[in-house]
Amino acid sequence: MTALLLLSRPNVSRSRLLPLTGILVALVAWQIAVSMRPGLIPGPIVVGRAIGELAVRGLLLKYVVASLFRVTWGYLAALVIAIPLGLALGMMKLGEMAINPILQVLRPISPLAWIPIAILWFGVGDISAIFLIFLASLLPLTVATMNAVHNIDPVHLAAARNFDIPLRARMTDVLIPAILPQLIVAMRIALGVAWLVVVAAEMIAVNSGLGFLIVDARNAGDRYDLVIAGMVLIGVIGVVLDLLMRRLERLDSVRWGYAAE
Amino acid sequence: MKVQFTDVSMRFGAMEVLQHITLGVEEGEFCCIVGPSGCGKSTLLNIAGGFLAPASGSVTIDGEPVTAPDRRRIFVFQERGVFPWLTVEGNIGFGLFDMPDDERRQRVTQYIELVGLKGFEKSYPRELSGGMKQRVEVARALAVNPDVLFLDEPFGALDSITRLQMRSELLRIWRAEKKTVLFVTHDIEESVQLADRVVVMSARPGHIRRVVEIDIAHPRDLSSRRYIELRDLIFGEIGLAHQV
Repeated sequence: MTALLLLSRPNVSRSRLLPLTGILVALVAWQIAVSMRPGLIPGPIVVGRAIGELAVRGLLLKYVVASLFRVTWGYLAALVIAIPLGLALGMMKLGEMAINPILQVLRPISPLAWIPIAILWFGVGDISAIFLIFLASLLPLTVATMNAVHNIDPVHLAAARNFDIPLRARMTDVLIPAILPQLIVAMRIALGVAWLVVVAAEMIAVNSGLGFLIVDARNAGDRYDLVIAGMVLIGVIGVVLDLLMRRLERLDSVRWGYAAE
Repeated sequence: MKVQFTDVSMRFGAMEVLQHITLGVEEGEFCCIVGPSGCGKSTLLNIAGGFLAPASGSVTIDGEPVTAPDRRRIFVFQERGVFPWLTVEGNIGFGLFDMPDDERRQRVTQYIELVGLKGFEKSYPRELSGGMKQRVEVARALAVNPDVLFLDEPFGALDSITRLQMRSELLRIWRAEKKTVLFVTHDIEESVQLADRVVVMSARPGHIRRVVEIDIAHPRDLSSRRYIELRDLIFGEIGLAHQV
C-alpha cells in the first residue's frame, strides 16, 4: 500500500508539471530562435508586451468579448436547431433517408465557402459572422445527434416500451439521457469548430474581435507583435472553452458513456 | 390458463424458427423453457411479451390476445437492461411515473429492501456488480406489480456462484410475490432447480419435445435421487449424455 502510494504520488505531480514544462521549453526555444534570427517573428516577450498594450487600451476585453459574443449566439442557435432535428431524424427512418444525403453533401463544404452568401444575405457585420458560426456547428451537431440515437441500446428502448411510459417521459428519461454522453462530445467538437470559424469570419466581415485584430494589426502598420498576440489569445481561449466543455463529461448521469476512468 | 400459446409458429425470412408451439402456463406457475441455443426460445418469450408478432398462431394472456408490450407483464433482460444514467432508486422507480411522489418513494424503498440493495439507493449501475445490476432490474420489474414476468436468460452473464445465489433469491421473491414466471435458459440444472415445469425444446426449428413436471418441494436438494433423475431425463431428451 505504501509502496503503491510512493509510486503513484510522483505521477500526479508529474502530470501537472510536465505540461507546464513543455510550455516553458517552447517559450524559451521561441525566444532563442528569435534572437538568433531577428525579423523572423516577434519573440514571446514582445508579444507579452503587446498583450499588455491591448489591455491598457481597453481592446483586450472588448475583442475577446466580441468574439465570444458571436460564438455564443451562433453556437446556441445551432444547438437549438440541431438537437431536435437530429433526434427527429434519428427516430424516423424515412426522414433520415430523405435528408441524410443532403447533409452528407453539405458536410465537406468549408463554412468559409459560405462567406459570399452570408454577405449577400446579411451584409457585412455581426449577423454574417454569427451565421457562419451557426452553419459550422449545425451540421456536425445534427449528424452526431442522429448517430447517437441510432446507437441507443435497443434493450433500453424495449424496456421503455414495456413500461409504457408517456411520450414526454420517454424523451426526457430515456432518449435524451441515452444520447447525452455522445452528444456532449459532439458539442465539444462543434464548439471547437465554431471558435475556429469566428476568427476567420472576423477577418472579413466585422471591425472587432480577435480575427479582426489580426488582420487590422497587419494592415495598419505591420504590427506583427499584435498579430501573434491575437493568435496566442485565440489558442488560450480555445483551450479554456474545451476544458469547460470537458467538465460536462464528468456529470454523474453521463459518465457511464465513457471508458472506465 | 394465465398464458396460452396456441399453435405458434415463427419465421425470420426463409428461416423457420418455431413450429406449432402449444403450451399453457398456469397462474402463479414458474415455467422454464430450455433448449439448445438458437432453438427459438428467446423468440417465443419475445412473442409472449408482445415485442414480436408470430407468423401464425396466437398467444393470449387471461384470454386476451397479446398484440403489444404491456406493463402488466414485464420482460427482464440480462443485467444490461438497467438504465446506466439512472441511480438504483431511479431505475426501480422508472415504471412508477403515474404514482404520487410519496407513494412512489415508499414503493421504491420496499423493493430495494426486497432485493437486498439497501444502502445503494444513490449508486449508479456502473458502481455495482453484475449480480446487483440484475437485482435492480428484477426490482424495477416487480415495482410496477406485473402479473407475469418474462426472464430471458437473466443470469447468463453472471459467474456461477452469483448465479446460484440469484436463483435462491428469485425463488424467495417469487414465493413472496406470487407472480407467473416464464424463464428462458439454456442451463438444464438451472431449470430443474427453479421450475414447477420445464418445457424442453428441440434444436431449430424449435418445437416442444417434452414438458417435464418437477415434483420436488423447495428448497430442493441438488443431490437427491429425484433431482438427478429429472435432470438426466432432460439431458437425455436434449440428446446429451451427462458426462464430460
